[in-house]
Amino acid sequence: MKELLSGNEAVARGAFEADVRMAVAYPGTPSTEILETLAARYRSVYSQWSPNEKVAYEVGIGSSLGGARTLVTMKHVGVNVAADPFMTHSYTGVNAGFVLVSADDPEMHSSQNEQDNRFYARFAKVPMLEPSDSQESKDMLLVALEISEEFDTPVLLRMTTRISHSKGIVELSEPVKVEGEKFVKEPAKYVMVPGNARKRHIVVTERLEKFKEYTEKTPLNIIENNDSKIGIITGGISYQYAKEVMPDADYLKLGFSYPLPMKKIADFVNNHDRVIVVEELEPFYEDQIKVAGLKVEGKNFFGVRGELSPGRVAEGFKKAGVLKDINIAEIPATKDMFPRPPVLCPGCPHRGVFMGLKKLKVAVTGDIGCYTLGALPPLNALDSCICMGASIGNAIGMEKVEGYEKGIVAVIGDSTFIHSGITGLVEAVYNKSNVTIIILDNSATAMTGGQQHPATGFTLMGEKTNVVDIPALCKAIGVKNYRDVDPYDYDATLTAIKEETANPGPSVIRTNRPCVLMPKRIMDEPYVVDTDLCNGCSACFRISCPAIAASEETNKHGKPKAVIDTTQCTGCSLCAQICPVDAIVLESKLVAKEV
Amino acid sequence: MQDSKYNILIIGVGGQGVLLASEIISEVAILAGLDVKKSEVHGMSQRGGIVSSHVKIAKKVYSPTIEYGQADVIVAFEQAEGLRSLDWMKKDGVAIVSKTVLIPAIVTSTKAFNYPDDPIAQMKQVGDNVVSVEADKIAGELGNARLVNTILLGVLSTYAPYDIDLWLQAIKARVKERFVDINLKAFEHGRQINKAEMEA
Repeated sequence: MKELLSGNEAVARGAFEADVRMAVAYPGTPSTEILETLAARYRSVYSQWSPNEKVAYEVGIGSSLGGARTLVTMKHVGVNVAADPFMTHSYTGVNAGFVLVSADDPEMHSSQNEQDNRFYARFAKVPMLEPSDSQESKDMLLVALEISEEFDTPVLLRMTTRISHSKGIVELSEPVKVEGEKFVKEPAKYVMVPGNARKRHIVVTERLEKFKEYTEKTPLNIIENNDSKIGIITGGISYQYAKEVMPDADYLKLGFSYPLPMKKIADFVNNHDRVIVVEELEPFYEDQIKVAGLKVEGKNFFGVRGELSPGRVAEGFKKAGVLKDINIAEIPATKDMFPRPPVLCPGCPHRGVFMGLKKLKVAVTGDIGCYTLGALPPLNALDSCICMGASIGNAIGMEKVEGYEKGIVAVIGDSTFIHSGITGLVEAVYNKSNVTIIILDNSATAMTGGQQHPATGFTLMGEKTNVVDIPALCKAIGVKNYRDVDPYDYDATLTAIKEETANPGPSVIRTNRPCVLMPKRIMDEPYVVDTDLCNGCSACFRISCPAIAASEETNKHGKPKAVIDTTQCTGCSLCAQICPVDAIVLESKLVAKEV
Repeated sequence: MQDSKYNILIIGVGGQGVLLASEIISEVAILAGLDVKKSEVHGMSQRGGIVSSHVKIAKKVYSPTIEYGQADVIVAFEQAEGLRSLDWMKKDGVAIVSKTVLIPAIVTSTKAFNYPDDPIAQMKQVGDNVVSVEADKIAGELGNARLVNTILLGVLSTYAPYDIDLWLQAIKARVKERFVDINLKAFEHGRQINKAEMEA
């Protein structure tokens, strides 16, 4: 049977077919849909969200030790969080098969950097597989689990946004049954104290030597011979782009890409006049091949930044002089056209907080989530964004050195707070910081699509569970200045920020409105603009609400009055609260007036 | 149609139904016995950003993305997005564009950007086959604003080289059961729009 699946859905299908019994992750674009698909469609695979990637990885180690085939998924920067257990897991090896999916994000469609996680395979001395489409995403997960069990190692399955989110036709297979062996105590293998770890490092390096043989023979590294003098070494999505523009060249396609098949590569290089390496981001293959003394070219034609595309690959081939007729239009110059950046939704509970922060001109250290959008014009109310949890530490450091006069505020979402903000809050109390921390609690991991987390009351598979009590947690940590605030009440929000930034010692303000989209789209009575009263001052335009637009009616200076799209307005009332002439009223009120 | 290659770019704004439209087109390709890949980037885009979906159909598809100048058809759910996406259209390609206008806050609230004047007229200066559709109006008359995508698919089906039966099957397969009838009706509306009416 065939089905159109995204790379992520294909990995989920693979987990189902391979009898994976534990799938664990923290949501992160572009990896999120793997576990969502499992929870929605393949419920025989137990799946769960963990509070962060490190915990997810550690849970995965445990389940593998307990004899269950295990899948752990995360976005590229999530692997940084999980790097600690990952690096040592290479030493202990596994019991049942263990695969880590790293979904990288070249071009940073939804990320803060575009690090190339293929280096992690080399760093941890574990094998890596790189699928180039949905079918391979499924097939390679199955192979990766087998390799993991045969060679006693975690395996890295490295995807990218285009693989994860593109759909292709996948041939489905029947699920198999795999009997794992339960945990057997073996401290020399699993207790990584120095004496044991030194011995295990020998095992790791010997294992890598075995993989150097394996990689030469695996059908995942395949030569496509078209009797060309030009050879192309490539893998992942880059293979598809290169095939699209130079279908007649010879190819060495790398599916098992760490360790590289150096003998095969040497033969390939020696059998061709020129060999060009096509890979996205860093010269991961190219540098290793050059170190082996082989003559290849690559990055000088393609660059190390951003996503490749058939057009970019064609241009690179043209630069290299191996492609003359390009059937692809030049990359057009940037059009003089407005951008359409993502914005906070109509009725988003974060909006009122950013309106207040902007007004007070405080320094705002930001974090990872929807609220990062508070940095964009016209709100312009967020001053830093580094990684999950960074807002609190950033604020503490800046405050300690008296680095900003007008007050320092950290903003962090509920899911991000649980992911890695709690330790930051402990730091703020412990080291007597005077920062104000706003927990933007909308009861969802909103940016990735509204996933559950430990403070929402539900698990990934939909079971009811305990809710982390954030006020009690703050109290236990030692926060003296704590308050909840309704972010739809602009004056109250403004007052809370003003007072808490003036208060000595660390303060926590928690906003208490749920995400307008999750779990149910909130739609109360909409507001409308009374155009008789609107004077075109544009104050409501500056709160960046997608439901508010410029009307064709203008004031006496020719400036547009406002109009509200009632199908989008959720009735949050923030615009009405800041309108200086009270021209924004509930729809029913205006109707009553007109009658 | 050479080598059965057919590239469709669908573009709109988060929440307009772009992804369902591309799902249905992909289903049509599968039913026609062809290879298909489709690509879109989601994540941030659901917050009012641009959503574009590339659908590539052929006997064998490699890259899931369409290159500039390689789309046989562009289906735009919003006028300015139609104009923005013209770089993808083949010289003799078709652009189907909904008359919908969505102006983002960054335009209304800052002086840095303007919404282009009459994007459809600008598109017509560049392309010979630009078809504008009052999709919002028709959807409103049918009683559901979410039908815009099936109306546009109806127009697309009169250009794309696939049997009408495949389209009907695909809609039935991909649309929630209780919405199938109204979507088939919207699709038929799209098919019946002849060019003269569209210009009106």
